[in-house]
Amino acid sequence: MSLKEIVMPQLGESVTEGTINNWYVKEGEMVKKYDPIAEVLSDKVTAEIPSLFTGKISKIIAPEGEAVPVGELICYIEAVENEDEKMNDKEKNRIKANCQPKQSKPRFSPAVLKLAQEHNINLDEVKGTGKGGRITRKDVLVYIEEKKLQPEREQENVQTVESAVIPQEEKKIEKQANDIEIPLSGIRKAIASNTARSVQEIPHGWMMVEADVTDLVAYRDKIKSDFKQKEGFNLTYFSFFIKAVVEALKKYPQLNAMWAGDKILQKKDINISIAVAVEDMLFTPVIKNADEKSIKGIAKEVYELAHKARSGTLTREDVEGGTFTVNNTGVFGSIQSMGIINYPQAAILQVESIVKRPVVFENGMMGARDMVNLCLSLDHRVLDGLICGLFLNEVKENVEKMNENTIRLY
Amino acid sequence: MPVISYIEAVKQALDEEMAHNDKVFILGEDVGMKGGVFKATEGLYEKYGKERVIDTPLAESGIVGVGIGAAMYGMRPIAEIQFADFIMPAVNQIVSEAAKIRYRSNNDWHCPITIRAPYGGGVNGGLYHSQSVEALFANVPGLKIVMPSTPYDVKGLLKSAIRDDDPVLFFEHKRAYRLIKEEVPEQEYTIPIGKADVKREGEDVTVITYGLAVHFALQAADKLQEEGISVHVLDLRTVYPLDKEAIIEAASKTGKILLVTEANKEGSIISEVSAIIAEYCLFDLDAPVQRLAGPDVPAMPYAAPLEKHFMINSDKIEQALRDLAYF
Repeated sequence: MSLKEIVMPQLGESVTEGTINNWYVKEGEMVKKYDPIAEVLSDKVTAEIPSLFTGKISKIIAPEGEAVPVGELICYIEAVENEDEKMNDKEKNRIKANCQPKQSKPRFSPAVLKLAQEHNINLDEVKGTGKGGRITRKDVLVYIEEKKLQPEREQENVQTVESAVIPQEEKKIEKQANDIEIPLSGIRKAIASNTARSVQEIPHGWMMVEADVTDLVAYRDKIKSDFKQKEGFNLTYFSFFIKAVVEALKKYPQLNAMWAGDKILQKKDINISIAVAVEDMLFTPVIKNADEKSIKGIAKEVYELAHKARSGTLTREDVEGGTFTVNNTGVFGSIQSMGIINYPQAAILQVESIVKRPVVFENGMMGARDMVNLCLSLDHRVLDGLICGLFLNEVKENVEKMNENTIRLY
Repeated sequence: MPVISYIEAVKQALDEEMAHNDKVFILGEDVGMKGGVFKATEGLYEKYGKERVIDTPLAESGIVGVGIGAAMYGMRPIAEIQFADFIMPAVNQIVSEAAKIRYRSNNDWHCPITIRAPYGGGVNGGLYHSQSVEALFANVPGLKIVMPSTPYDVKGLLKSAIRDDDPVLFFEHKRAYRLIKEEVPEQEYTIPIGKADVKREGEDVTVITYGLAVHFALQAADKLQEEGISVHVLDLRTVYPLDKEAIIEAASKTGKILLVTEANKEGSIISEVSAIIAEYCLFDLDAPVQRLAGPDVPAMPYAAPLEKHFMINSDKIEQALRDLAYF
């Protein structure tokens, strides 16, 4: 028996600290090696910390809800060394040593490395069934399949959970006789804590403009079937709006920013988060460097990210680094909404349904036009009405001037 | 559909093409009155006469040389070399004349000759009746080399070979002649030269081979299926030039590839297949490419145990595949 330390693991590149969201164990409790002992949140992911030893949790150091730097002690464990296991391991090693050429570190075939890269797989987690425990291509394929079958677990690791603290004192809601109890999935918990945190922390302000997109609608109707045939995916209105937003963000970088406690950080990269709903789950994958992409490039990425979200194959990289969110509420038929800011960003723009409405022109004439509402939620600590008004008008102008002659798809 | 043997498929293809085009004629040793030593041309002499089924002297260079001349003159000769082992005297005609005429004359002339020859061992034939000679010709642009494995492929490919405007070497495995039978449609069909064929779909390991070894591979695949190992079998059918696309696809599918030939290992057809895989499939490989081939000894031995040792069989393929599957 020996006293071992368990420390805050590295939860992703550039992550420096994690918050214990939930201890699964109490002091004095026995745990087995690899049993999860705590749920931890970083600003990128939620994950479970496995016990590295079999033994008794002797002292919990890190309290729930407190950020702990990576590598810092979180608890002590009195590790039990299982004599039988030790013997077995020794025996096994001896047999192994006799039968097989020693391999100091695992060697992977090109096929295995390629698959691991494509699917962002940590090969340490894959069980090898080949000669000498070699990981075969099939092992990786099986691993990928298994991961797909348990999307919930994966998404817990992948989701953009911004280091959230679930409010400690929630009003207890009693269950009534006919109520159906739905247990919270990891993703539901994350959505709950993210939105709660955003609303609690960010003083939200709202604004809305309406834009006349008759020309854009005409253009897109004209080319959409050709585009689909040529490119293999749909050319959605959403991509044009993202483009218009990106152009406006270039002019008003104040909105491409975040509140950082004692300062405001204006971000250089324009990375657009988009909201993708999959049944009862919501993901916010990110179009990186959207300012460097054409409308077609954006459309393609929207298509790919939505596809990944639906198939449960979003990676951590796909969901991190967003600086501004564009939400396509129009697909649900909504014509006005007040979005909750995607924490810790400074603003979110909701693109509502395009509807035909009679409009009175300046010369007194009237006509049926394709109108759309653009709704902005802003972090009032970072932004004020003036700058947001300018920004919204810029977006409005950008989409209004989109027509056959001005749009460059490629 | 009637079930016919490999050699019956040869005969049907010859018969149909002779009926189809009166420029087609056959020449070779004992192809006429006797109907061929393997009876591939049986009945054709009676049906088409001595001017279209010509018995020649024992001179392969002459058989091929006459064929080349006739072909250049507009005929469609089918030259039979009684055993592939005896093709050597005709090599100069095939390599220096037939293969090069189109290129040398800048398309003025071409040479639509088909040269049929039974090859392969496992028939107790000894040194001079068992050889596989395809590799000798597989570095000669201008030639096509077809080596089918099934009656269906034999018939479709032989008809395509006869209709081809350039020289085709058509090698028939003599052990397969009466061993391999299958259903072949009665209606007219041809199979394009240069296209490999997936003979069995599988997920775990890939066999790429041709000729009689295709059947051994399929037998091995059946057995391994019981162990839960799924084998993908690609039949090259045309060994020169190779169907690169099909090879790349079959190799990439499993990443574990066994190449099989009955011929001597070094410098064989499958060595070229291996090179194609190395060039195009590196990032899909999950194991070293394996070759199973005849040993590098001068010829198939006559002694039965030695011949057995030399020959490919389903047990050898099965073991090699199992090793790959567990790699």
